[in-house]
Amino acid sequence: MSPGWMPCGDSGARPMQHILDYEFVLRNAWLIPALPLVSFAIVGLFIRPRSAKLSGFVATAAVFASAVLAWILAAGYFRSAEGGHAALVPWSMEWLRFQENLSASVGVLVDPISVLLMVVVTTVSFLVHLYSIGYMHGDNGFGRFFTFLNLFTFSMLGLVVAPNIVQMYVCWELVGVSSFLLIGFYYEKPSAVAACKKAFIVTRFADLGFMIGVLILGYYGYSFFTGAGSTAVGQPFDFAYLTSPAFLEKFSQVATGVPGLTLITVAMVLVYMGAAGKSAMFPLHIWLPDAMEGPTPVSALIHAATMVVAGVYLVARMFPVFAASEQALMVVAGVGAFTSLFAAVIGCTQDDIKRVLAFSTLSQLGYMMFALGVSTVHEAAGYTASMFHLFTHAFFKALLFLGAGAVIHAVHENDIWKMGGLARKMPVTHATFLIATLSIAGIYPFAGFFSKDEILAAALYGGHPIIFGTGLLVAGLTAFYMWRIYFITFWGKARCEKAGHAHEAPVVMLVPLVVLAALSVVSGFVPFAEYVYLGEKPPHEGINMGVAVPGTIAGVLGIAIAWFLYAGDAGRASALVARMGGSYRHIRNKFYFDEIYIFVTKRVVFAFVAAPIAWFDRHVVDGGVNLTAWCTRTSGAVLRYLQTGQVQTYGAWFVTGVLFVTLILWKMFM
Amino acid sequence: MIEFLASYEPGVVTWLMLPAVLFAIGIYGLLTRRNAVGILISAELAINSAAMNFVIFNRFITPAKVDGQVMSLFIIAAAAAEVVVGVAIFVMLFKHRRTMDVTRMDAMRR
Repeated sequence: MSPGWMPCGDSGARPMQHILDYEFVLRNAWLIPALPLVSFAIVGLFIRPRSAKLSGFVATAAVFASAVLAWILAAGYFRSAEGGHAALVPWSMEWLRFQENLSASVGVLVDPISVLLMVVVTTVSFLVHLYSIGYMHGDNGFGRFFTFLNLFTFSMLGLVVAPNIVQMYVCWELVGVSSFLLIGFYYEKPSAVAACKKAFIVTRFADLGFMIGVLILGYYGYSFFTGAGSTAVGQPFDFAYLTSPAFLEKFSQVATGVPGLTLITVAMVLVYMGAAGKSAMFPLHIWLPDAMEGPTPVSALIHAATMVVAGVYLVARMFPVFAASEQALMVVAGVGAFTSLFAAVIGCTQDDIKRVLAFSTLSQLGYMMFALGVSTVHEAAGYTASMFHLFTHAFFKALLFLGAGAVIHAVHENDIWKMGGLARKMPVTHATFLIATLSIAGIYPFAGFFSKDEILAAALYGGHPIIFGTGLLVAGLTAFYMWRIYFITFWGKARCEKAGHAHEAPVVMLVPLVVLAALSVVSGFVPFAEYVYLGEKPPHEGINMGVAVPGTIAGVLGIAIAWFLYAGDAGRASALVARMGGSYRHIRNKFYFDEIYIFVTKRVVFAFVAAPIAWFDRHVVDGGVNLTAWCTRTSGAVLRYLQTGQVQTYGAWFVTGVLFVTLILWKMFM
Repeated sequence: MIEFLASYEPGVVTWLMLPAVLFAIGIYGLLTRRNAVGILISAELAINSAAMNFVIFNRFITPAKVDGQVMSLFIIAAAAAEVVVGVAIFVMLFKHRRTMDVTRMDAMRR
């Protein structure tokens, strides 16, 4: 690619190979988030109103440039490091200065997990951009769509490279906004409007906890940073300081007044609330299935591969702080494990292909969360495993969504029971979808096998047999529901007329599918533990047979059951459903969580909190304001009569006043 | 009686009574006349009382000099100029309103 347009003054003087080398990219790592931002502004303001085609092209090119830079950065960074991958801040500038030693800066943090996430985000984002050129072709909001996608890519990269918690929080809200905008992309559709509001409100509610956590951390960060005997460098909000032993040692001593509960636990559980909202952990999971109202590429990018892993990333980013509180870590592990099982069970019963994938995402995010929860600072296998699963999951889940998008594009229908027999009509989509399905089911040698294996090993050897058992069960369920939709969608006969006339997607959509399929195969072989670890570099371990065998058996069992129930005679499945009766209905209705939320918000919160507050506001607060207005108006109406407009009247008052004053002065001095 | 009047030397207070009465009449006219020309004439009365004060005080404070008289000449000149401006305004006002009644000049109120 030609770097001539890059804002680099001396680029012309240097030979080509030096411009894009590692040193240059590292020094200018800020370009990776900046390019989508610039493109967002240019496309949104100038190109979008003029040419839809060009805006798609420019947006995609900008993200492609970011992706190239991110890959160069990753290659150089992981190759160059000797004796541990240091966390670097190649660029930062002061943004908000409050007082001495207290300012928020924006910057770029380069460390193993941020480099990893940069690669994942830019790659998947680029492929989704490319795919969307085909998928959104002819849509009225084509330019708007790409503008929002660029905004999202910028926000997510800004979140990933945040060197301090303030930038993290700001970008955290920005991804929330872009997610809101994209879920509500089809704003004429009431269901999409409801879904985007739901997503925004639920995550915003969770962010309230995050914000309180940030405030607690910031307060103590500042007081310990500037306190006596502190030798810290940098800024009190920097992750480098917040995760340093010097800070954690003091912070973990702070008590709350409740016996057995330290403030660090409270703060980290609150931060985890934000993470759980973004990553749709139980009980804040309700927004993610509805978020599927957005266009399918959005679901692939935001609600599967990147934004929803922001919560996992946050926990990983602040892992030493979480690890300093055993209870907080147990919350992470427990919520993660429960969500993974809960969502997998619901996923088995859904009929909308995107909803199944959404519940699958929930379940896999739970996997990543509990992998973090079961590790400690010294035994950080789970930390590596979680990041590894994040990495592989991004590829195969994006592939699944994009494949589902290709199917929906061909059939114009989300219901899997109206599809069927698509394997012959859409061979490329079928092959890539099959690879992703094998990968998520954890079958060797696909990527999902390796990362799932590591997570299960981390749970087992970290001393959490219950979580290990849950993980194993979820692995089987995952294989089952994924193969269920695979068999129903691609096998058998077409169940509706449109499915009969389905044809393969255009090339621009197939290229991302093929690339992602290749990544889903090879990403498992990345020697991940050598790159991403906490503390000492762990010794290299091969495939652990004690975990891999049960994991694979669970996966194969799931596939076999799915094959038995759905590949051939449809009667078997309905017989099973009839046998299960009520419990099937409960699962299918997602354990009535939406209804519970409606009940709590409408009947309880609305009736007992919101309505009285509204009454108070309307009658007492507004009443006070209205009373002031009434007093002013009335006194004005009375005083108005003094203003006659007759100069002679004023003169009479004036003369009277002068006489009066003269009398007083006379009395005083004579 | 004649002797008394011939030998009577009126003091400053006696002299000041005339301008005081003139001033009071002027103010009264200023506040009560409805015709703008009447108000202008009343204002002249008040101004002339001030001019007269100058002459009186000159006579009693610095009889050797004529500062007060000069000042009263200035006042007469200023008053004449003021009348010219005032009457010009009244003419224009009358052209517009066809009236000189100041109680109807209350546009500021609206």
